[in-house]
Amino acid sequence: MRHDGAEAAAGRAAGRGAVTALAIAAAVKSGERTALDVVDEHLARISQRDAEIGAFNLVLADEARTAARNVDAAVSRGEAVGPLAGVPVALKDNLCTRGVPTTCSSRMLEGWRPPYDATVVQRLRSAGAVIVGKTNLDEFAMGSSTENSAFGPTRNPHHTGRVPGGSSGGSAAAVAAGFAPLALGSDTGGSVRQPAALCGVVGLKPTYGAVSRYGLVAFASSLDQVGPMASNVADAAACFEAVSGHDPLDSTSIDGACDPVVAGLGQGVDGLRVGLVAELCAGSARLQEADGLDGVSAVEGVAADVIARVDAAAAALEAAGAAVTAVSVPSAVLGLSAYYLIAPAEASSNLARYDGVRYGLRVDAANAAEMNVSSRTAGFGAEVKRRIMLGTYALSAGYYDAFYAKALRVRTLMLRECAAAYAGVDVLLCPTAPTTAFELGAKTADPLLMYLNDVCTIPSNLTGHPAVSVPFGSGDDGLPVGVQLMGPALSEPVLLRAAAVLEQAGASGGGAP
Amino acid sequence: MSPAVPERAPAVPEDWELVVGLEVHVELSTATKLFCGCANRFGDEPNTNVCPVCLGLPGSLPVTNSAAVDFAMRLGRALGCEVRGAVFARKNYFYPDMPKDYQISQYDQPTNTEGRLELPDGRTVGIERAHIEEDTGKTTHIGGGGRIHDADYALVDYNRAGVPLVEIVSRPDIGGAEQARAYVRELRAILLAIGVSDARMEEGSMRVDANVSVRPAGADELRTRCEIKNLSSLRALGRAIVYEAQRHVDLWSGGERPRQETRHWDEANGRTTPGRSKEDADDYRYFQDPDLVPLAPAAETVAAIDAALPPLPAARRADLAADGGGAVSAEDAALLVERGQDGLVRAAVAAGADPGVAATRVANDLAVDDWSPVTPQGLAALVAMETSGRLTATQSKQVLAEMAEGGGTPDAIAQRHGFQAMAGDDLAAVVDQVIAGNPDAWSRFCAGDEAERKKLAGFLTGQVMRATRGRADGAAVNRLLGERTGRQTERDQV
Repeated sequence: MRHDGAEAAAGRAAGRGAVTALAIAAAVKSGERTALDVVDEHLARISQRDAEIGAFNLVLADEARTAARNVDAAVSRGEAVGPLAGVPVALKDNLCTRGVPTTCSSRMLEGWRPPYDATVVQRLRSAGAVIVGKTNLDEFAMGSSTENSAFGPTRNPHHTGRVPGGSSGGSAAAVAAGFAPLALGSDTGGSVRQPAALCGVVGLKPTYGAVSRYGLVAFASSLDQVGPMASNVADAAACFEAVSGHDPLDSTSIDGACDPVVAGLGQGVDGLRVGLVAELCAGSARLQEADGLDGVSAVEGVAADVIARVDAAAAALEAAGAAVTAVSVPSAVLGLSAYYLIAPAEASSNLARYDGVRYGLRVDAANAAEMNVSSRTAGFGAEVKRRIMLGTYALSAGYYDAFYAKALRVRTLMLRECAAAYAGVDVLLCPTAPTTAFELGAKTADPLLMYLNDVCTIPSNLTGHPAVSVPFGSGDDGLPVGVQLMGPALSEPVLLRAAAVLEQAGASGGGAP
Repeated sequence: MSPAVPERAPAVPEDWELVVGLEVHVELSTATKLFCGCANRFGDEPNTNVCPVCLGLPGSLPVTNSAAVDFAMRLGRALGCEVRGAVFARKNYFYPDMPKDYQISQYDQPTNTEGRLELPDGRTVGIERAHIEEDTGKTTHIGGGGRIHDADYALVDYNRAGVPLVEIVSRPDIGGAEQARAYVRELRAILLAIGVSDARMEEGSMRVDANVSVRPAGADELRTRCEIKNLSSLRALGRAIVYEAQRHVDLWSGGERPRQETRHWDEANGRTTPGRSKEDADDYRYFQDPDLVPLAPAAETVAAIDAALPPLPAARRADLAADGGGAVSAEDAALLVERGQDGLVRAAVAAGADPGVAATRVANDLAVDDWSPVTPQGLAALVAMETSGRLTATQSKQVLAEMAEGGGTPDAIAQRHGFQAMAGDDLAAVVDQVIAGNPDAWSRFCAGDEAERKKLAGFLTGQVMRATRGRADGAAVNRLLGERTGRQTERDQV
């Protein structure tokens, strides 16, 4: 299937001369370019600049060239090739790749080679994509700046003194730096969207269950989703189509196919009802005019220049025919607290298996129990240890009801409030991250300050609903700002359509600061 | 149905009674494991039936095997449980043979709750729950005599990791060692009857832990209990309960109290030794497993399970007893049902066999894995030959053994061996010879009390059997001996 309109739109949006994933696939399929040529070009960019950026834990040059040659051979034989034929893709290093080290940026898993491919990796391969490498992340996806990696931080390609966000910082940086037009990240509390926002790329957190988790190394199983990152909305949509759909290996996978998203990208937002989330948009000029929001308690710490871009996005959507109103989701302010109990609780269990017995790091000791302790002490970084302890505590006898059970109730409440909100609006609008990219080291000493990065992205993880971050101009410091669109379960087609409208508006200058 | 009544173990003083609850783990005999497609097979080369899921490799996810859930529900219904929607939870603790360092189990919402098990004597034991969980791997400690603390190293086999288990938790309704054994035997018979497990204690596919406490006779309080593990046979179960109960009685009587703890049965030394203390036991931090979806069996599914349940042991014993008209002993009936031979006996009885002889012969002499060559008609014919005196009991046993091996009809087998029961004057002559050759035994037989006569009758009959190479009919010998003393013997009525 061809999507000429979408490709043209994507080509325009990418800017800076970068070639989009869909344009590459079209060129490879038509024989205009070889996949090998495409891969070599991207590998050259990586070797030119990744020493400075640190997006990759591992570059798979030989494997990528072999895969590209296979695509080229299939094209020359006239065989059908997939929708991502010859498209270089970067994978977050918590996605299992058969025979290829998968580290989660942890000493604990250094050198471990999974005997299997994650379902999303398999699907990318059968779509013709060429995997160029494994990208850096906060250890076990726990962090918001990619500074928690055991292998050193990744830097923001827009400003190498700044963080790329996290935990999928390596994937975001790889796309932003032109190392690969597409990347996969994972999003447990905003780990695709927040780095996408900070690096000026598109990031989609799909509906929970829309994309298989099989082969994604678990952080918090009820929140984790794999999501695409791309320089433009159409590429992200095409990648989502390639990796989504039912997987019998994941019990939480949604039955049946997801609705197509690429075909409808150009349909606009005429008549779409958009709700500006009052609790996450403190200081918005629009809220002062809105009725019935006097008692709203909003999250503090969202920067004025970011709110200004959200207001501009609202205006751009209105200009395209949408109706924007302000809505209240009171539990949004509780999301962060609930998340930092639920996610660590699940993590404390998910990370128990790293005990030195079967794989990964082992530090020998007198007996098995002591070997567990010495291995885990040496293998895990400080943030991972902090969350394991938080989660263990939250689940402990005597504390369970006060912490974990209460957090689950917040989650239920939030689902209920979102369902009520979606009775009145089709999508919700708010910032992705409270600020633009911050300086390396600025928040490492204060975990709570770091956690606040996720305040706007966490609600969709708790509800399991989809959300997309799309670049929309820049902040006072000239660095990218992302705005976030959220919708009810399986609303990806609508979200991406609205994101495409914002992308167009931004590219044509209508949304420029 | 009457509630179980306390039973006094031999070693425990009369003013105390035992309170026992059993936790029985049963491996389900599904083709594949609980959460992956690996073969569920005992005895294979270590670590050959493994995959990313049952090894708990990073990124792997469990998918529930619906056959295991069906098996568990079948067991639940056979135990009269309520089968309802259930949730898998994670039980978190570290152990090297547990790949994920948590066990997927059911916690506050198990598949089966509130059932009962009726013992052959009519007493009932309440079933609190029967929940599904995954098995762990198996650790072998090498060096230091195989004990964990002194071992040089350990080898772990993950073939068993992820094998489906059902844990059946009884109420503390069991009054002693004998009832505990009867409970396990009956549970095993049910498991075999419904075909969900091979339930072999020795191979570990059925593992029994006993919660034991004591209380003053007649009280209804529950005192501190200890959980006894490492019970690898019914005999061990009985001995351990008696030992532990006595230990508790001694402690309470001495003004002390038992500590709530897990204890290990030491079969060689016949005692329990302390294991983990419950006071510093792990906090398992149970929570719903987010990787799995809740089980929600439809009412039709449960109805279909009920409809497909085969007759259960209690009903089969009742059927056998009814067909036997009182001639089949309770022990024989229980054994026949446990082995699945009740159908054979009932069919032979329908074909005209004497119920008591048919049941005894099969119960005593057909303890083989495969008895398929023995037809009801063949068994009926054999029993007829035995009751008519054509075959002695000894000969009948041998013929039955050969029938089971496919040796042909009882008539053909008997002819092949030249079996012909010795009777009449020939037998009387041998009896007289034996009496003459054992004058001392004979005079003691004539003068002895009942017990003495019984003992010596056995000896004299044995001598006759030896002289006739087993061709004598025991009952006939006994009658002849009695006639010669002018008195009836005990065994004459047998």
